[in-house]
Parts: sequence; structure tokens; C-alpha cells
Amino acid sequence: MSFSLNFYSIRKLLNIKRSKAFITNSVRLQSVQHAAPIKRICIVGAGPAGFYAAQYLLKQLSDCAVDIVEKLPVPFGLVRFGVAPDHPEVKNVINTFTKTAEHPQLRFFGNLTLGTDVSLEELRERYHAVLLTYGADQDQELKLPNEQKAHVVSARKFVAWYNGLPGAEDLQPDLSGRDVCIVGQGNVAVDVARMLLNPLDSLKSTDTTEYALEALSRSKVERVYLVGRRGPLQAAFTIKELREMLKLPNVQTLWRAGDFKGIDADFAKLQRPRKRLTELMLKSLGEQSTKSATESRKQFLPVFLRAPKSIFDRNMEFSITELQNNVAVATNATEQLPADLVLRSIGYKSSCVDSSICFDVQRGQVFNQRGRVLKDAKSQIVDSGLYVAGWLGSGPTGVILTTMNGAFTVAKTICDDILSHSIDTSAPRPGLDISGKRVVTWAGWQRIDQAETQAGKESNKPREKIVSVPEMLNIAGV
Amino acid sequence: MICLLLRQSRISCKLISKQVIKPAAYTSHHALHTTNLLQHGEYEWQEPKSPDEIVNITYVDKDGKRVKVQGKVGDNVLYLAHRHGIEMEGACEASLACTTCHVYVQHDYLEKLNEAEEKEDDLLDMAPFLRENSRLGCQIVLEKSMEGMELELPKATRNFYVDGHKPKPH
Ligand SMILES: Cc1cc2nc3c(=O)[nH]c(=O)nc-3n(C[C@H](O)[C@H](O)[C@H](O)COP(=O)(O)OP(=O)(O)OC[C@H]3O[C@@H](n4cnc5c(N)ncnc54)[C@H](O)[C@@H]3O)c2cc1C
Repeated sequence: MSFSLNFYSIRKLLNIKRSKAFITNSVRLQSVQHAAPIKRICIVGAGPAGFYAAQYLLKQLSDCAVDIVEKLPVPFGLVRFGVAPDHPEVKNVINTFTKTAEHPQLRFFGNLTLGTDVSLEELRERYHAVLLTYGADQDQELKLPNEQKAHVVSARKFVAWYNGLPGAEDLQPDLSGRDVCIVGQGNVAVDVARMLLNPLDSLKSTDTTEYALEALSRSKVERVYLVGRRGPLQAAFTIKELREMLKLPNVQTLWRAGDFKGIDADFAKLQRPRKRLTELMLKSLGEQSTKSATESRKQFLPVFLRAPKSIFDRNMEFSITELQNNVAVATNATEQLPADLVLRSIGYKSSCVDSSICFDVQRGQVFNQRGRVLKDAKSQIVDSGLYVAGWLGSGPTGVILTTMNGAFTVAKTICDDILSHSIDTSAPRPGLDISGKRVVTWAGWQRIDQAETQAGKESNKPREKIVSVPEMLNIAGV
Repeated sequence: MICLLLRQSRISCKLISKQVIKPAAYTSHHALHTTNLLQHGEYEWQEPKSPDEIVNITYVDKDGKRVKVQGKVGDNVLYLAHRHGIEMEGACEASLACTTCHVYVQHDYLEKLNEAEEKEDDLLDMAPFLRENSRLGCQIVLEKSMEGMELELPKATRNFYVDGHKPKPH
């Protein structure tokens, strides 16, 4: 496909009748096309990083074509499979991504996995530049004995379960016990706590999967601990997420006064965000004595200065820590907390899906210099034409805004490298040959989207997510 | 030639960017000036009905370039920016779930704005390069008293908008 195809689609859009002027333009434009071949860029991973990078490239490079290769038949990455179902506003970003996807110079190839269906080598031969944005689909482990037991579940899997990630539907988390211990205090940990403590009615109108709603309706969970190694001044959750917890109906938040000893003295030095967060915690702590505990059956219990030490069948042992220069150092003292279910939420990490990627196994991310992937970690030499953005390149931190800024920056680097001829674009590249592959196109996704929205209508949900890949493929018509 | 090529592709973008029709979720303030039937960004495309309605403001964009814009009473500065091609994102579509429309408000005008609600302040706490004159663009609705106001886009939310995404009612 070449520029002429693009021109026809433009013509179709403009509804221009074939006129003399049009033909002349078309011929002239085609000669321009011959002079400089279209720049073909492949993006691997249809999450926020991939879509924002595509948006930037399509805007800045008038003569480029972008193909997005995505493992799943459905797009949007963690916006669909991570962001909590009771935060539908966050998912509005999908509208912007959809506009990008409808650009005539963008193609979506769903149901294609880098590393199994297609190799990086092939992509690099067929495109001028390849941008890896395949995210972080593993999680950090505690590395403690008993971690593989059934009652220890990663928050990543739990999130994937309630959000309907294909393959996560059989998790069957045991919610028959009273006490859940979440290890970690980031926003993912708070999302998980909220999903466990939220009254079921408030989830029924969200896109939480039906099987998760059913399991949550039978949940016996009443107390959720949120345990962190460091103190309140280092808490990883943000104020918006905490405020939501404090406002949950029929849930009492109980802080441990001891954790806040000496905080007042440090208070003046804090930056605004940390200050407001600390103020809110102290306010809530101050009010908890006046509220009667019998009002609410359920409790949210943040616990600071505890480092995981041992996992037992119905409880967890933690080392009591002390802060030294902002680092939690374990003392000899320990404390046990009840834990019928342990949810490990200490961070995500990426995996190396193709052996030719220069991958930092320890940190779980791709070795790169501001988005340019390195040939090998030692020499620091850049592997020309290969880029990384999003959680795969930066590590799994930050919100969509952070991912967006990072993706724009890397996309700009790609544009700069093309303009400065660091990437050779003098010869045309064919793009991926998808013949014989079961690829879900954007139109295919739209059919899935429609089927999900339709199914959701019956139960007053924004959508009823389809979880089975064969069913998705069937609906997409491939 | 190249020029034509560029222009063509830009036209195409503009044409394909269908406005996503969503239920109106304007702030109550906005509702004073518009009917509830209007979609996001649609009101900002209407011309002022009388000179009394006109509010001139200036955006200072990512390169420090000043763009003077004629708005009107009731315009949301996020959608007004979109109308004039100013690169302000707005990922959550003004539903107070992100900070991609973070702006710095010229000091003299700060107190002329509605006080930020708690939710806006909570979100601003997550915005990079927060300053005391930070606000979310989507929460600023023009009033006559804001004539001459300057809004500056911070460096970290330097947003780059697809040319075509200028929500224009059909
Ligand atoms: C539980 C959770 C809740 C969150 N909530 C919020 C929130 O409320 N607000 C907010 O701003 N941010 C939130 N975030 C952060 C936000 O989701 C991330 O910033 C963002 O999704 C990272 O984008 P990404 O494109 O790097 O990765 P991802 O979103 O993970 O996208 C990666 C894509 O690559 C695909 N892929 C994986 N492997 C392959 C392969 N081999 N071949 C091809 N494709 C592949 C994946 O299927 C996926 O579609 C949350 C994150 C999590 C984990």
C-alpha cells in the first residue's frame, strides 16, 4: 500500500469527485511518494504508551504509516485490564485512542504476540522503526517461603481477574475468610482494598466481570490490612485514592496512633501534596476515636513500618522496621497480622518476550537511553531504529499522564532520528505481512466492543466484557 | 507539493475525528450558560451572541508562544483551547480523573476563578511541576471578569494534539 491508498481514503472522506485537478494532483503526489518512501513504524502493544506515541507520530510525520501489533484481540492495555471498574472516568481516554486508531495511516493488528506469532527480527526488517510498548505483565515477588501457597495471590492477578483479562478468570480467590492482608501501599493496593470493601451495589453498575461480582457477593471479608515498610510520610498511595477509602459507606478506617509519633515535627517541611495527604491521615486519625466502631462492620486498616518476614496459613509475620534516612531497616521485633488471604502488591515488572531484546532481568525493563534501546548494556551503544516507551522502558510507575509524557518524548526522538537520518528511510519497507494470520483489525475490535456494550445494556453496565479469546475472535469474524 | 500533501493529510484528520457524543457533564457553573443538551466542547464552537459575552484570553503554549484567543462567557478553557488548536490534552474529558489539562493561571486572576473543589486539589497534588497558581483547565469557565487572563501550559504536560481533534459539532 502506498500513498495512493491514503489519497483515495482522503478523497472518499472529502467526497471529491474525480476531476482533472484531482488527477494531476494525484500524479504529482505519487512522484513525491517515489522520492521519499513512506516511513513505516511498528508499535508493539496497544496500551496508553502505544496510542500516545502513535498520536504524536501521525501528527508530526505527514508521510508515515503506523501499525500497532497487540497480543490480545482487544486494545487499551491496562486502561481496560488495570484501571478500577469504579473509576470509569479514567477510561474516557479510550475516546482519544479511538480517534487515533481511526486515522487512515494507522492499522491495528490484534491477536498477534511479539515473540510467538512474530519475531522482533521480522518486524525490524519490515519497518523503518520499531517501538516496544508492551508494558509490564509480571509482578515483583516477596521471595518468602510459602509464597506459592493458594492463599497468597498477586494483586496483579486479582486485578486481572475482576477486570476480565483472558486467562485470569479461573483465579478463584478464596474470599471465605474475614481477614485480608495486602502487602504494599501503592494505588494498586488501594484499588484492591476498595474492591474488597466496596458495597456490592456500587459495583453492579460498573464493568466488573459477572463472575467477579458473583464471587464478591459471597465474600466474607471484613477486615483489610494495608501494610507498608515505611512510615506515613512515605505512604505510596495518593490523596484522591485515600479520600475515597475514607468515604466508603459502612467501612471504618482505623489508623495506628503509634505510627504517627513525631510526625508533627516534620510537618512544616513538607511539599504541598505530601502535606495535604498527611493532614488527611491525621484528621482521620483524630476522628476515629469519636466514631463508634460498631457503626461499620468492615474495617480498612493501614499499617506502617512493617516488612514482610514469614507467611503462615492464617497469618503473616512482619519485622517491625525503623526509618534510617528514609529507608526501612528491620529490627529484631516482629508482629503477626491475621491473613486468611494475602495479596501481594509490591510492584509490576516486564518480561523479555523476544531473546533479541537487550533486557535488564533484574529490574524487569528494557535497557534504554531516553527511549533508544541499547545494543548491549555495557557499551551503551544505541540499537538504531529500536525504541521503547511506557512501563516497559520506564519501569512500572506513574499514572497515564506520566506514560503519556514519556511516550510523546520517545515519539519525538523517533521523529528527530528520522529527520537527522540516524534511521535510514531511503528504501521502502513493506510492513507486516499478515496473510495467513488470525488478525483482529480495528473493525473487528469494534464488533467486539459493540457486542460487549450490547450485553452490558441488559444488566445496566457500561459493558459486559468478553473474557474468552475464541469468543472474541468469533465475534470479530476471524 | 509537500505542502499540498501536508494539507491533505491534515484535512483528512479533521474529517475523521468524529466527536464522541457523551452525556453533558458540565460543571454546574457551565450549566448556567448552556443547555444540558450540549455535548463536551460544543458550546465553545458557538460564536458569542453579543459583544457583552466576549472574553479575550491568552494561552502561553509549550514553546512560550502566546496565542490570543477570543472566548465568551461560559466557555470551558480546555475546549476553547481545542477549538484554537492549542495543545492541551484532557484525557478524562473534564471528569476530574486526570491532570492532563494542568495550567498556570496568571496571578492577578487567581481569585477571580471559582475556588478549586477538593477533588481538583487532590488531582493537582499528582501533577508534575505543581505551583501555587496551578489549576486544571477543564475547571475554568470564562466569566467577564477574566478578560485579559493568561494561561500557561506547564512543561511536563506539554501535550501534542492530533491535528484533527478539534471537537466541532456536526
Ligand atoms: C491496577 C492498575 C490500576 C491503574 N489505575 C490507574 C488510574 O486510575 N489512573 C491512571 O492514570 N493510571 C492508572 N494506572 C497506570 C496506567 O495503567 C499505566 O500508566 C499505563 O497503562 C501504562 O501504559 P503502557 O502502555 O506502558 O502499558 P500497558 O497499559 O500495560 O499496555 C501494554 C500492552 O501491550 C500488550 N502486550 C503485552 N505483551 C505483548 C506482546 N508480546 N506482543 C504484543 N503486545 C503485547 C498488552 O496486552 C497491552 O495491551 C493503573 C495501573 C494499574 C496496574
